[in-house]
Amino acid sequence: MSSTSLALPRVTVPVAVPPRNALAAPAEPAWVRRLLIGVALVFLVLFLFVPLATVFAEAFKKGIDVYLAAISESDALASVKLTLIAAGVAVPLNLVFGIAAAWAIAKFDFRGKQVLLTLIDLPFSVSPVIAGLIYVLIFGLQGWFGEWLRDHDLKVIFAVPGIVLATVFVTFPFVARELIPLMQAQGNEAEEAARVLGASGWQIFWRVTLPNVKWALLYGVILCNARAMGEFGAVSVVSGHIRGQTNTMPLHIEILYNEYQFAAAFAVASLLAALALVTLVLKYLVEQRVHAQMRAPLIEPQSSPGATP
Amino acid sequence: MLLSRTLLRRHNVLPGFDLALGFALLYLSLIVLIPLSAAFLRTFALTWPQFWDTVTSPRVVASYRLTFGASFAAALVNAIFGLIVAWVLVRYPFPGKRVVDALVDLPFALPTAVAGIALTAIYAKNGWIGQWLPFKVSFTPLGVFVALVFIGLPFVVRTLQPVLEDVNRELEEVAATLGATRWQTFLRVIFPIVTPALLTGFALAFARALGEYGSVIFIAGNLPMVSEITPLLIITKLEQYDYAGATAIAVVMLVIAFVLLLAINLLQAWSRRRTGGH
Repeated sequence: MSSTSLALPRVTVPVAVPPRNALAAPAEPAWVRRLLIGVALVFLVLFLFVPLATVFAEAFKKGIDVYLAAISESDALASVKLTLIAAGVAVPLNLVFGIAAAWAIAKFDFRGKQVLLTLIDLPFSVSPVIAGLIYVLIFGLQGWFGEWLRDHDLKVIFAVPGIVLATVFVTFPFVARELIPLMQAQGNEAEEAARVLGASGWQIFWRVTLPNVKWALLYGVILCNARAMGEFGAVSVVSGHIRGQTNTMPLHIEILYNEYQFAAAFAVASLLAALALVTLVLKYLVEQRVHAQMRAPLIEPQSSPGATP
Repeated sequence: MLLSRTLLRRHNVLPGFDLALGFALLYLSLIVLIPLSAAFLRTFALTWPQFWDTVTSPRVVASYRLTFGASFAAALVNAIFGLIVAWVLVRYPFPGKRVVDALVDLPFALPTAVAGIALTAIYAKNGWIGQWLPFKVSFTPLGVFVALVFIGLPFVVRTLQPVLEDVNRELEEVAATLGATRWQTFLRVIFPIVTPALLTGFALAFARALGEYGSVIFIAGNLPMVSEITPLLIITKLEQYDYAGATAIAVVMLVIAFVLLLAINLLQAWSRRRTGGH
């Protein structure tokens, strides 16, 4: 299947790697190994570890009081709230879409499937700025529905609905693209067995399919949520940057930074960096489960349908 | 019922096809397809000469040069170091390897604005790294390159890892038995196997870098003609209420993104054939 994407952290269909040879494979001399490990680690420290450490160092540079004041100030709290709202709407919507798309694509063979798969990945290849722009073209004052919205006193752009829409767009493929390869790999046998035994569609979904894909689903939700809370470019275009009203956390960071309130900017940034670390830990833990689920036999001969581990 | 009758290739006892596909198509159209087509339709408000003048004006061309140049250089650096990182993670045991492996995904998890201000602080004149460098990084085109290296880093590593894990070690033994040095084995046996994946990772990093905004604008300095990236130019035009101009540039970027998407699809198909599927 096509799995082109610009947001890669994905469960690569794990072929359980067998220990290929007990005999010692030809290896590089020790000094080459040490050199390569050294180069890799220096590169990763410079480009990954130092930026991460900087966020926390700068956040606490002026002391814990400044830090606490920055994250408990009312505009900061409003930005946290808006970020939670945006993610709280975008993640469930894309979750429902992901399940529906995965059910159709993985369980059925239909014309145009390949095209649909490519279209689902489309939002990953669109610049976030353009993702914001397209909604301005539709809902902005000069847009298709601009006048109609104004006449009915509704606001999408420079308001919360626009921010939510932009967030939905940039996180669109996450859940679908985790579920589809797993459900394709698992095949239809378990569901068909349940059907023959008289289960209804919803029963099949809740009792057979969902338990089989729950970890991949969670994995998709974790990635989707991380992106939803951290999105900057798309949200920036549609936000209007009204303090305390249409600023998400990343936008609030930008404002503080541009006002030279560096300690405060990094304090709010440290919350998002902490979220990123939590995301990485959860991702790591769930990844193990997804791999286990991919390898697990789907129907064990003796067990009843749906009773897969 | 219409969908299942016209589209399904073979009978399937499972229910829910119409509901699932119907909802998926509706949602896809509303969120992605119709809004994206708005960008293309909007450019028809311009005549061809107007469109051409907008997308080839000197300031816009300068931004293409920076965006493409920095993205290409960053993807190249990521290809080289990504290969080393992936190789080390797959082949060599060392303490803390799991943590390092998990940390590779940091650029995906860390919001771009956070990465942007952190990199700017590090590479500023008095920053942790900037103070040791004899040249300026923050607020120059070099800063754009640094930010793009950061955000593109995981693509090459994560594309290469599974392929490297699958390389048949017996081939290497055969090469060694036949008298090849380790370096020859790498160049003639391993490298050809991973080339498609390496190119895919490069293309993914490059495509991501072209559209990147959040991490770049903080460190770039955003001087017109010098350190202004194309996505920023779109925003600048929008803020001047030049919707047609913003959309024209966006359409150019979209077309390039779609061409890259196609290229990446072809590369991945090639990669799958080369490594024998999955």
